[in-house]
Amino acid sequence: MKKEKGVSVTLISRKKLESFSTDEKIDYIIKEVSRGKILVLENGLTPVEQSALIQQTMAKIDHDTFIGIEMEGYADVENDGNMLRKILNKIFGVIKKPRMTVIGPANLLKTVYKDNNVIQTMIITGKGAE
Amino acid sequence: MGVLERFRITRFALWIQRVFGKRHARIGIYGPPNVGKTTLANRMLMDWAGETIGTVSEIPHETRRAKWKSNVKIENGSSSLVIDIVDTPGIATKVDYKEFIEQYGLDPDEAKRRAKEATEGVIEAIRWLESIDGVVLVMDSTENPFTQVNVTILGNLEARNLPVIIAANKIDLEKSSPATLKSAFPQHPVVPISALTGYNLDNLYTTMVKHFGKRRRKRK
Repeated sequence: MKKEKGVSVTLISRKKLESFSTDEKIDYIIKEVSRGKILVLENGLTPVEQSALIQQTMAKIDHDTFIGIEMEGYADVENDGNMLRKILNKIFGVIKKPRMTVIGPANLLKTVYKDNNVIQTMIITGKGAE
Repeated sequence: MGVLERFRITRFALWIQRVFGKRHARIGIYGPPNVGKTTLANRMLMDWAGETIGTVSEIPHETRRAKWKSNVKIENGSSSLVIDIVDTPGIATKVDYKEFIEQYGLDPDEAKRRAKEATEGVIEAIRWLESIDGVVLVMDSTENPFTQVNVTILGNLEARNLPVIIAANKIDLEKSSPATLKSAFPQHPVVPISALTGYNLDNLYTTMVKHFGKRRRKRK
């Protein structure tokens, strides 16, 4: 069967992500993204996982085939300036709730616009699409 | 001095440090590439130590290794704060050597070398997060502040309970909008500055002494 040309976009459920350890999650993301795939994570990465992903991405960069990633996710919910949430966090401790995140190869996925509620990206076709 | 004697002194110094807190704070200057981190570090050091720390350039990733200066005393009236200033490489999620060629005219070998060193710099900057006590996060007030790098850095600092001040830089430019940064990150102090001209740096120093001094006492 002839292989269709196009860009693969994979939506990963929270359940699947929760079945991974942090290292497994990052390995999985790097492997998929370096193959030219775009991932949408239902549950995003924690800030510490995000920084670990950036470090590993930097270590993997090969200037001719993989220039890094484009990653966009919403900020944690407690960062919205809500006073009641701030007080509850002070009392019960900050609970980080990673939110939906899109990750793709930087030569393929470009962020067009982002604010607290909207992430708009563009897929540049013809560059590494499978 | 014998090994045992040296061990005793080191143990004593560590005990003193544990009981009375750190003798001074190590403050990292963080942010994405080309927001003015080294310009700010140079300005701070020139104001308080009479020297500079690094070169600046319009080409991104000019600072590719962390640089620091110890024992810089910042004064604010009767209060003061002694800090180590760490100027870190810009944090990015991608580095494309072709941009250095196409946009800044570097030759291919120089562009590849710069890109390779830039990736190492990003890794080093993130590693430094383990060793600092507070952060001045520099953002370009002419740009959209909701970038993933800003969100990731802030999230890491919050997860580590490290105090942060956002320096809304480049307010000397017409397009700048420090108010956008203030509304984007209401949970942190935002100080509009121009590291290039030195405008409002006094306000940044006052905020540093108050914010880092206060948080340092809490962390003891």
